[in-house]
Amino acid sequence: MSKIVKLKKGFDINLAGKAAKKIANSPISETFAVKPTDFVGLERPKLLVNEGDTVKAGTPILYNKFQENVMICSPVSGEVIEVKRGDKRKVLEIKILADKEIEYEHFDSFNISSVKNISRQDAQKQMLNGGVWPHIIQRPYGVIAKEEDTPKAIYISTFDTSPLAADWGYALKDDEEAFQMGIEVLRKFTQGPIHLNQNINGEVSSVFSNVTEIQQNKFSGPHPAGNVGIQIHHIAPIAKGDLVWTVSPFGVAQIGKLFLNGVHDASRLVAVAGSEVKDPQYHKTFTGACVDRLIEDNLQQNHVRCISGNVLTGECIEKNGYLGFYDNLLSVIPEGDQQEFLGWLKPKKEVLSFHKAFGLMSFLNGKNKEYKLTSNTNGEPRAFVQTGVFEKVLPMDIYPVYLLKAIMAEDYDNMEALGIFEVIEEDLALCEYVDVSKHDVQRIVRDGIELMQNG
Amino acid sequence: MKFLENILEKQKPLFQKGGKFEKFYYLFEAGETFLFSPAHTAGKKGVQVRDAIDLKRMMMTVVIAMIPCLIWGIFNVGYQHQIATGSLTEGGFAAFFNWDNFLFGARWVLPIVLVSYAAGGAVEATVAVIRKHPINEGFLVTGMLIPLIVPPTIPLWQVALATVFGVLIGKEVFGGTGMNILNVAMTARAFLYFAYPSQISGEVWTQLADKTPIDAYSGATALAVAYDSSISGTSVQQGLSEVNNALAAPFGGEFFSFQNMLIGGIPGSIGETSTLMALLGALILIGTGVGSWKIIFSVFAGAFAMGTIFNLAGANEFMNVPAEYHLVMGGLAFGAVFMATDPVSAAQTDVGKWIYGALIGMLTVLIRVVNPAYPEGIMLAVLFMNVFAPLIDYYVVESNKKRRLARATV
Repeated sequence: MSKIVKLKKGFDINLAGKAAKKIANSPISETFAVKPTDFVGLERPKLLVNEGDTVKAGTPILYNKFQENVMICSPVSGEVIEVKRGDKRKVLEIKILADKEIEYEHFDSFNISSVKNISRQDAQKQMLNGGVWPHIIQRPYGVIAKEEDTPKAIYISTFDTSPLAADWGYALKDDEEAFQMGIEVLRKFTQGPIHLNQNINGEVSSVFSNVTEIQQNKFSGPHPAGNVGIQIHHIAPIAKGDLVWTVSPFGVAQIGKLFLNGVHDASRLVAVAGSEVKDPQYHKTFTGACVDRLIEDNLQQNHVRCISGNVLTGECIEKNGYLGFYDNLLSVIPEGDQQEFLGWLKPKKEVLSFHKAFGLMSFLNGKNKEYKLTSNTNGEPRAFVQTGVFEKVLPMDIYPVYLLKAIMAEDYDNMEALGIFEVIEEDLALCEYVDVSKHDVQRIVRDGIELMQNG
Repeated sequence: MKFLENILEKQKPLFQKGGKFEKFYYLFEAGETFLFSPAHTAGKKGVQVRDAIDLKRMMMTVVIAMIPCLIWGIFNVGYQHQIATGSLTEGGFAAFFNWDNFLFGARWVLPIVLVSYAAGGAVEATVAVIRKHPINEGFLVTGMLIPLIVPPTIPLWQVALATVFGVLIGKEVFGGTGMNILNVAMTARAFLYFAYPSQISGEVWTQLADKTPIDAYSGATALAVAYDSSISGTSVQQGLSEVNNALAAPFGGEFFSFQNMLIGGIPGSIGETSTLMALLGALILIGTGVGSWKIIFSVFAGAFAMGTIFNLAGANEFMNVPAEYHLVMGGLAFGAVFMATDPVSAAQTDVGKWIYGALIGMLTVLIRVVNPAYPEGIMLAVLFMNVFAPLIDYYVVESNKKRRLARATV
């Protein structure tokens, strides 16, 4: 039974430099990295390789001490050249110098009909060892799913409404069969439906429209309509005791390829976008690519901030840093470390604002205006003052400020009662953007989730 | 501007950790961020771009929304003075917007504004230094609100004292802007009202500046007139219509005609007299989204509803005051627009805002009509509902929790 949900609340951040639907001829990155910090909750990585080891694409690199069966695998074949550590010897990056020709670890391969005959246990084992299990995220908490769980349903959002987001339909245009295969594999894990959530507006790629025996839901509205958490809330809100899984479209395709071709295929199309990119477009590379090749001779200027992911939820990385496991977007925006004379009083038309307070005139520009935003915080942190704003960008039946205050007060009962199980950071990212008082809303949400997990 | 930036940059080490004036870092920071919005950039994680708004700008918007009331108030102080001393016998806009009125008004109003900002600023700065937190922008608004809700004859030392009390007891003891329970400006006014009642009630609404008023001038506010006539048992409307203050043709009709009260050529607290200017402020607040239209609208609606209920009851003369008169008399409009909408002390949920606003309006009229001690109700109504706002929100949020609980499977 399909659902159609029209959302009104939210806010589109229309940034300049959207990726054109073409693929660059850029040289492929030489190094790739596995970053334990990409995986939420992976506090104790156990390394399986040392500097100097050679690995194949799909060779396990590390696992979580508290989830021993879930392997994090190398995206490419090559040599482990560095294990970068931070404070207290925390593992930050395992860098791999890639071979020219990728060699793969081999797993069992199937076709669409034969995969239907394998058991959940066999499929699970291949996914765990083949490095694709981390694509399965469980709600509540937004962490890597536990292999022993059976979810009530599986949700896949096929469109991304966040700023500069890559188009999943385009990024997976050659992976139609793999996507269908991935769905077949995922079907083994739940008695409930698999929800494939699509955008009402705009054409739906055949990658998604041709998938059979799933529940297709349609959504419309501004960001965060594409967030899977928002979609779940409107299809079947997560109540206490519920457990559902979410997978990104790329995750589904990579799971599919593991069964279709029997290899850990981390190749992907990555969008390189943002106002500071000369030629914003897609690049063919692998998960965890070093961004140096992607921005080489491709920047308008050098004082920029590179972000793995989108500007709302992404992570700031160095110019020779690495894309995250879950990210298929490199956003490049101007660094905003300049003071501005009477910046709090000046009329501003070029800096996007959700608000219309005195002098903020971006609302006059209309919806099609593309903005060039910097990383400046445009103000300093303060206590909560303004009310009723977060609610306007969160299309959920949740009182966000009350939830955040419950988290700050470490009030477990209220966190639960106010809906902590229904949200993860990305769902409240817009609240952080529009916040007059500049709170780290997403960090607070994660703190709350960790309290619930450990409490 | 590079020049200014360099000066600040040079002084900075003195105020930073280990510097000579380390203690006063937040004073320096306040000055610096006032001149230059800081070069802070987003952290490594979390949003990488932020909205253009900040608290300073938001507060500034409220100050700008108050400017019509302030300017009108300045003219009106002069205007009332002229009427009281008999030098003005014709009303109307030409007589109102008059250079002499402005100069006279400014002579009495600006010192109040200055003292309020100075006293409040000093408290903010001291607390910031002691408690080691940034200086709160909230005072931009409070410093302007307080002068607008006191009579033009108020002694300056009382302004200073009330401001200190309001900021310190109303706000800082709770942890500063955003943490307070009561509206700071209303707290300051309540302090004056109970500590120095003779300077804030009675014949204090006209700045005579040592001149004696002419015999035909009463100087009473509309609410006081209404109250008096209800005591003597005559019709309030008749009582109001008998006041003319020797002024022909104010902004239409009699001195206390609906129209004249709406426009605001009447005695009262500096900023409260003109309902029209308060509505202009409301337009700015609503247009910019800084003030909640739900609260403003529901205060007016609540007051009108309560006035209508009293009309139907009609047990005494005050109850018979036409409901729409309540909207333009006294400080209801100013309070609805600038006091009730204070986001920190108001209800925070959408449903809560409707209830909160409506109750303020109803309580204001209830206090005006039924309570014999206080001719004006908006101050107490706002403070009372400030205290109840969290309770209103509690029940609204509780219903949200119940919906969620109903879905739980374990």
